[in-house]
Amino acid sequence: MTATDLTPRPGAAPVGRMLLAQTALETRMLLRNGEQLLLTVVIPTVLLVLFSAVDVVAVDGPGKRVDFLAPGLLALAVMSTAFTGQAIATGFERRYGVLKRLGATPLPRWALLTAKTGCVLVTELLQVLLLSGIALALGWSPHGNPLAVLLLLVLGTAAFSGLGLLMAGTLRAEATLAGANLVFILLLLAGGVVVPLAKFPDAVRPVLELLPISALSDGLRSVLQLGGGTPWADLGILAVWSVLGLAAAARFFRWE
Amino acid sequence: MHADPAVEVTGLVKRYGDKIAVDGLDLAIARGTVTAVLGPNGAGKTTTVETCEGYRRPDAGTVRVLGLDPVAQAAQLRPRIGVMLQSGGVYAGARALEMLQHTAKLYANPLPVGPLAERLGLDSCGRTPYRRLSGGQQQRLALAMAVVGRPELVFLDEPTAGLDPQARRATWELVSELRAAGVTVVLTTHQMDEAEQLADDVAIIDRGRVITQGSPDELRGSEAQLRFDGPAGLDLAGLRKVLPDTAVVAEPTPGSYRVEGALDAALLAAVTGWCAEAGVMPDKLAVQRRSLEDVFLDLTGRELR
Repeated sequence: MTATDLTPRPGAAPVGRMLLAQTALETRMLLRNGEQLLLTVVIPTVLLVLFSAVDVVAVDGPGKRVDFLAPGLLALAVMSTAFTGQAIATGFERRYGVLKRLGATPLPRWALLTAKTGCVLVTELLQVLLLSGIALALGWSPHGNPLAVLLLLVLGTAAFSGLGLLMAGTLRAEATLAGANLVFILLLLAGGVVVPLAKFPDAVRPVLELLPISALSDGLRSVLQLGGGTPWADLGILAVWSVLGLAAAARFFRWE
Repeated sequence: MHADPAVEVTGLVKRYGDKIAVDGLDLAIARGTVTAVLGPNGAGKTTTVETCEGYRRPDAGTVRVLGLDPVAQAAQLRPRIGVMLQSGGVYAGARALEMLQHTAKLYANPLPVGPLAERLGLDSCGRTPYRRLSGGQQQRLALAMAVVGRPELVFLDEPTAGLDPQARRATWELVSELRAAGVTVVLTTHQMDEAEQLADDVAIIDRGRVITQGSPDELRGSEAQLRFDGPAGLDLAGLRKVLPDTAVVAEPTPGSYRVEGALDAALLAAVTGWCAEAGVMPDKLAVQRRSLEDVFLDLTGRELR
């Protein structure tokens, strides 16, 4: 047995190094998790290819089917990672004492949350590249200002992250697992992702339009499909959800 | 060497709803020592330790760890302490070595990960995901994570619970080396032999207070007792008649007998003579000092809680 020099030499690593290490670890954990990949990669890809090729949902607006579907599935990709995936992963980290144990290391809490955001952004970048590549191969012709698209994706990420962390930090892990998946399915169907909101009755449509997924898919579509200017109304809805979600998460999140 | 204690808890009170978990607890732990915190389940051990680690805010009283307030000065304290929780603390999908390496990256001068993993027997399961490690491997990983940052003070919550004898020995060796290197170690345990072997100081907690604290030697006292096993329910009144009045006779658990008082050869002869009369073979007959377990049971009672 080799002797180990256990003489105390305490100290925290530079915060940049901690942040990088934590982001890399969180991202590896996500990419290694089969269920997460199903949610973030397989489902959006299958929906994009299937509904572009087969006429099972009636699409809206000018251009090919893929011109309607691609923005919706980019919105779904953001929701799958920032909300569903992050909520489930964080819920189980809380349950298994990972958040508690990390709380006793020099890693500050803000750095842990920043690392989670970094992990979400890296995953979203991979999703956007993959889905855009497939959409372009299917004949997608995107329009509009890329900066407006970026702004929508960032605000959408903030809105869904706040809601995902709120769920993960307040409910039991199993409840988060069930709830986050249920919300994913409901918002996929009723949030303008693949089914145009115009198909819903007039009575419910104004309510559905206020959902973060509707604002994100509608905003992306107004730019990418229709070539419109910056969709301030949709950005406003996402900003309100971001403020409410993140504030509630900050207030009610329980680390244990 | 610092004169001020590594841990100083004064009048700590912690409630969970109506339930009082810690009830005016005082505890001082000297630097560079190994202190074992003993107590029945629910006595307040983990709550006390977790308050020192900064996880809980005291309802009353003060806690100082390395001279710092664990809640208000957490950022200064955390790099200097190592923590082993009773369970969990690792991503289910993380591999053992990956998690240890990651923990090392959070500290300025970590121990080399390879040799540490090797000495705790984690090298063979280094690529195994945490959820598929055995309970003992999970425990050893948690221990490695507690020391990898080269802390001044480590808190180990039941570090050998569920370990096989080899792993327990490896853990004991590491604790002894930590002490030799000047690290303060605070551990909670239910294993009295562990406390006797490792600890300079033992604090027994019951019902949210420290009811006694001292070295294992001090707590065991100098007085010897005579013990033997036999059939349960022997006629102790009869035994008392043949012994001096100063002798105290008891059957603390059925079939296990103790005689305390001025022990000498005559008293021993009287006990064995009485056994012979009764036709009882005194099994495991011994004259020895009280064990730490005797002290513990005498202080905290024998009934289950």
